[in-house]
Amino acid sequence: MGWPRRIGNALSGFYLTACYVFILLPVAVLILFSFQDGRLPVPPFHGPTLRWYVTAFTNDRMMAGLGNSLLVGLGSSALSVMLGFLAAYGLARYEFGGKKALQGTIILPLAVSYLLVGMGLLVTLSTVGLSPSLWIVVVGHVVINMPLAFAICLAQLGEHQRKVEWAARDLGASTFRVLTAVTMPMIAPALVAAFCLCFTLSWDEFIIAFLVTRFDVTLPVVIWTMLRGGLNPQTNAVGSFIFMCSILLLVAVELLLFRKRAE
Amino acid sequence: MTVAHLDIAQVSKRYDQVVALDDVSLAVEQGAYVVLLGPSGSGKTTLLSVVGGFTVPTSGRISIAGRDVTALSPAQRPTTTLFQDYALFPHMSVAGNVGFGLKVRGVAGAERERKVAAALELVGLAGYGRRGIHEISGGQRQRVALARALVVEPEILLLDEPLGALDLNLRRQMQDELLALQHRTGRSFVHVTHDQEEAMALASLVVVMNKGRIEDQGPPKRVYERPATLFTATFMGESTQMPGRIIRSGGGHVTVETAVGAVQGASGLAEGTEVMLVVRPENIRTDPGEIDLGAAHIREATFQGAHYRVIAESAGGPQSFVLRLPPDAAVEPGRALRLSCRSENLLVLAR
Repeated sequence: MGWPRRIGNALSGFYLTACYVFILLPVAVLILFSFQDGRLPVPPFHGPTLRWYVTAFTNDRMMAGLGNSLLVGLGSSALSVMLGFLAAYGLARYEFGGKKALQGTIILPLAVSYLLVGMGLLVTLSTVGLSPSLWIVVVGHVVINMPLAFAICLAQLGEHQRKVEWAARDLGASTFRVLTAVTMPMIAPALVAAFCLCFTLSWDEFIIAFLVTRFDVTLPVVIWTMLRGGLNPQTNAVGSFIFMCSILLLVAVELLLFRKRAE
Repeated sequence: MTVAHLDIAQVSKRYDQVVALDDVSLAVEQGAYVVLLGPSGSGKTTLLSVVGGFTVPTSGRISIAGRDVTALSPAQRPTTTLFQDYALFPHMSVAGNVGFGLKVRGVAGAERERKVAAALELVGLAGYGRRGIHEISGGQRQRVALARALVVEPEILLLDEPLGALDLNLRRQMQDELLALQHRTGRSFVHVTHDQEEAMALASLVVVMNKGRIEDQGPPKRVYERPATLFTATFMGESTQMPGRIIRSGGGHVTVETAVGAVQGASGLAEGTEVMLVVRPENIRTDPGEIDLGAAHIREATFQGAHYRVIAESAGGPQSFVLRLPPDAAVEPGRALRLSCRSENLLVLAR
């Protein structure tokens, strides 16, 4: 092996390490200092202790936020997957004019920033005279997540699946029967994966949740409020908890889609 | 007069610029094994799809067992389809797949189980009910698809190139089983393929299609030996083709001027018609016969097990012959042959 090659390898190894350090170091620090035995999550590290986790999970505001986040996450993900699946089925299986334009419109929110979605919702709310609430967060999260669920479902509804649906129709099944007994079970891994992905995104979404709620806020908004009062290992503990939930869901998505590909 | 079991009347299917089916009419008796044979793009698959109800014809009418089904959806038709890639339900067990059609029809649990078991028995998969679709082989999946399609007792089973994905041995075996199944169930089968050997092995009625039209239809022996058109003759297997022109015609006999000289044949075509003389390889003889095809020499020979396949060049003009010689024949290139054939084996077909 020549010198240039060795230098090249060393450089790319260094680059890779630097990338991972940049991405993972803040998370590692966050998690480490959630076990800090002291009042400030800053070096030097003392501990470890679990008392900030205990504090966080017995904090009423925190638990209310957690409940709200679960509600919004589950509700908006279920709606997103349902609407996304039905839209994908319609576009994949029926021929009609303006199909391309409709598909573009459905995908469009992916390209719009969360800030714009939140502001748009806020303006709409005041125009129609509704007050900010948790339900509007659900609407906002459906707006940003439905295109994702749509895209995942559309990718699964290929020609082979169409043939299988044909077979079901050929054997006498109605459209509803085909959808519930064949199409949905057949692409169930993708549906579950889409649900997990939507939930992960909804779970730690801040801007929309902050803009369109007033009292019944979600967990990220609670954490933000607490951070304004200064650094506290309790916020580290909650942050770590949110991070672990997201990671678990992403692993679930990866396993589901990976198993699908392997078949 | 008996009413045809499957009656396809003047069916056409046009897409924007393409004519997929051009005024196709076909009558099939109950219990027939029909094979739609043709190259890709000939319209055979479109025709099957029209019969199954998946494609709506531009014009024409389809009747099954005396009932007009043209306006009915696939679910309402007394047909089921065996799809090319089987299209089994991947999330159901073997029994779940086979029982699906019965479940949709509201057949109750015990009755359904009995019928599913009988259908699996019929295709030689008794006891496989609990297996998953991913746990069985390609040949077994094919049988599951067959059982699934037959268990609902369709008037007509439609088979869309069902043997294409199987290897040669399995294909032969499945051909035998398809025939046996068809005899046992007494149902009409309509089978699409581009493989003429498969067509001849299975069909009671071969329908040769080309460019959206029916070129020829009849029992396989007749279609092979006396094809109605040049396309059919070419598609049904290898042959020697000699272009020529009719120089004398009368009383059902013609004389054709070809590169190897004047050849007598049986045909009602008029004088001056451009024709093709067609002879199957197994019908070219190397001893003096009724119709002399002149002197030739061997250009190449390939051993094919039961015989040599020989290409020979005519000494008289630019004309090559395809023929068969027994495995013990001397086939070195350049060897001289005297070729002939019997008059009933010489086809005179318009070009």
